Amino acid sequence: MTDLSKSGEPERARPEAIKAVPVRHPGRWVATVVLLVLAAMFVHMLVTNKAFDWSFIVDNAFRPNIVEGVRTTVLLTVFAMVIGILLGAVLAVMRLSPNPLVSGTSWLYTWFFRAAPRLVLAILFGNMAILYAKVEFGLPFDAQLADLLGVDIDGTLFSINTRTFLTGFMAGLLALALSEAAYMAEIVRAGIMSVDPGQSEAAAALGMSRLRIMRRVVLPQAMRVIIPPTGNETIAMLKDTSLVAFVPVTNELFFRLQAVGNRTFHPFPMLVAAVGWYVAITSVLLVGQYFIERHFARGAAGQGDARQRGRLRVRGIGFGGGGGGAS
Amino acid sequence: MSGNEPVDDAREGAPEPAKDAGPAKDAAPPEGAAGGAGQAPDASELMVKAEQVHKSFGRLEVLKGIDLNVRPGEVMCVIGPSGSGKSTFLRCVNHLEKIDAGRLWVNGHLVGYREKGGRLYELRDREVSAQRREIGMVFQRFNLFPHMTALENVMEAPCGVKRQPKAQVRERALKLLDRVGLADKVHGYPAQLSGGQQQRVAIARALAMEPALMLFDEPTSALDPELVGDVLEVMKQLALDGMTMVVVTHEIGFAREVGDSLVFMDGGRVLEEGRPREVLANPRHPRTRDFLSKVL
Repeated sequence: MTDLSKSGEPERARPEAIKAVPVRHPGRWVATVVLLVLAAMFVHMLVTNKAFDWSFIVDNAFRPNIVEGVRTTVLLTVFAMVIGILLGAVLAVMRLSPNPLVSGTSWLYTWFFRAAPRLVLAILFGNMAILYAKVEFGLPFDAQLADLLGVDIDGTLFSINTRTFLTGFMAGLLALALSEAAYMAEIVRAGIMSVDPGQSEAAAALGMSRLRIMRRVVLPQAMRVIIPPTGNETIAMLKDTSLVAFVPVTNELFFRLQAVGNRTFHPFPMLVAAVGWYVAITSVLLVGQYFIERHFARGAAGQGDARQRGRLRVRGIGFGGGGGGAS
Repeated sequence: MSGNEPVDDAREGAPEPAKDAGPAKDAAPPEGAAGGAGQAPDASELMVKAEQVHKSFGRLEVLKGIDLNVRPGEVMCVIGPSGSGKSTFLRCVNHLEKIDAGRLWVNGHLVGYREKGGRLYELRDREVSAQRREIGMVFQRFNLFPHMTALENVMEAPCGVKRQPKAQVRERALKLLDRVGLADKVHGYPAQLSGGQQQRVAIARALAMEPALMLFDEPTSALDPELVGDVLEVMKQLALDGMTMVVVTHEIGFAREVGDSLVFMDGGRVLEEGRPREVLANPRHPRTRDFLSKVL
């Protein structure tokens, strides 16, 4: 290389930058015009169709009882997802356990709660009081044991009436959270399995315990795989909260909006308001997902400095090629 | 150090015992089981003692009876064709793989088991972890934790496993990273480091646990040729400081210059063992001769 560069002219002028006529895309222009016309038709319909009754929507979609419905829906979503994610993570770790009893239990749970429809679960939990009038905590089978031994013992530590414990909100929440945990378990399991086994090995070689390896090494890396589908689940959960209307939970967003619609004989505008509310809340959730994803992308290739280094390297190759061409 | 000088000379000043003279000369290991000079050394005075170690994966027998002794302060290099069981043996020493037959001691402790009344009892996870803390391991593919900076990688185990005070660990980690030549990269994430730099962080990470034994599983095989030198230099310094090392490698030059002993493995057996210069110059086993003629 050095010999060649010495023999050639020492300073060849750099050729001017390429200015070529770009390829034309007439199809894009046609598509743009078509889409603009369709969009204009849609907006025109929104404005002129009397059935929308926009002023009615604006007047009614922000009433105090509707806002309370929004609050219930958001709370249900948040609580159900928090319980679902935590329980799901536990189930996923259980599923990957070498202990067959533990992994079998996890499998059984996932099987049942994925098989049962959420709507049916919600109604079932709403009617739990038929099955158990009271929820008791204490020794198991105490009554049977007492009968058997002919003595009078009471192993109940405390008990509460099912109806006071299992309010509509609680029943709906439990149905959603327990069902969600089954789906989250599969998502977390996929995330855990996506992490290079060399990571666990290196951590084990450092003397870390299984639990610590999971918490400090595997799960943080699994998060990058876990978060996008969890975002999906959260959005799906937001919309599934409307199922608890059948428990029944009467202070939930969709129920409230429909109630207004039915009372005023304007059902359609209130359905439009429901779509608007769900779209708005989902958009807020998506912003949250963006920031969470950014947090867990820490250290991943293609971030920050690494990306800059890549760019430099590509330029380096470019120079190398140029040098070769000059000789 | 010039190429001609045997490494052993430089090591005589090192704190670890010199190993070429009989065991009687060694700074006595805890259990004084020093037998006669001619006797096979006992597990308590060896860093690693392998006795008829067998290991199979399914029906494939990978190790077919390995007998090896590594003395404290010794650098043993293991060479051989791929599939010869070198890496598997290394992983057995760290109990990343369970052996099927034979016995394996590290630092006087039976690896993975407790022997009581003639029976073997499996150790609990917690006890296995405790054993591994005495052993540092460096992998072919580095296996740094990608979500932690170089410094966090080095600090993770001493802080989290040994529960040492953070400030103290941090100081030591910075010193270690400086020692492997990465003082300016401590806050870089693994993805921002070259392969050679990552491997040196991995060495620092293993050293941070202050192990009695270091295992290297083809530490330079995944590196660009121009990055191999830096890693080997770090390993050489470590050897000069008296660290006991078992190095599975294809770097014959390193084995010759730094190794105290050289082991040639093929087909799950140790075919030849001896001082590196002798084995490399006069391989006795035809298979060794054949292998060396291809790699040299």
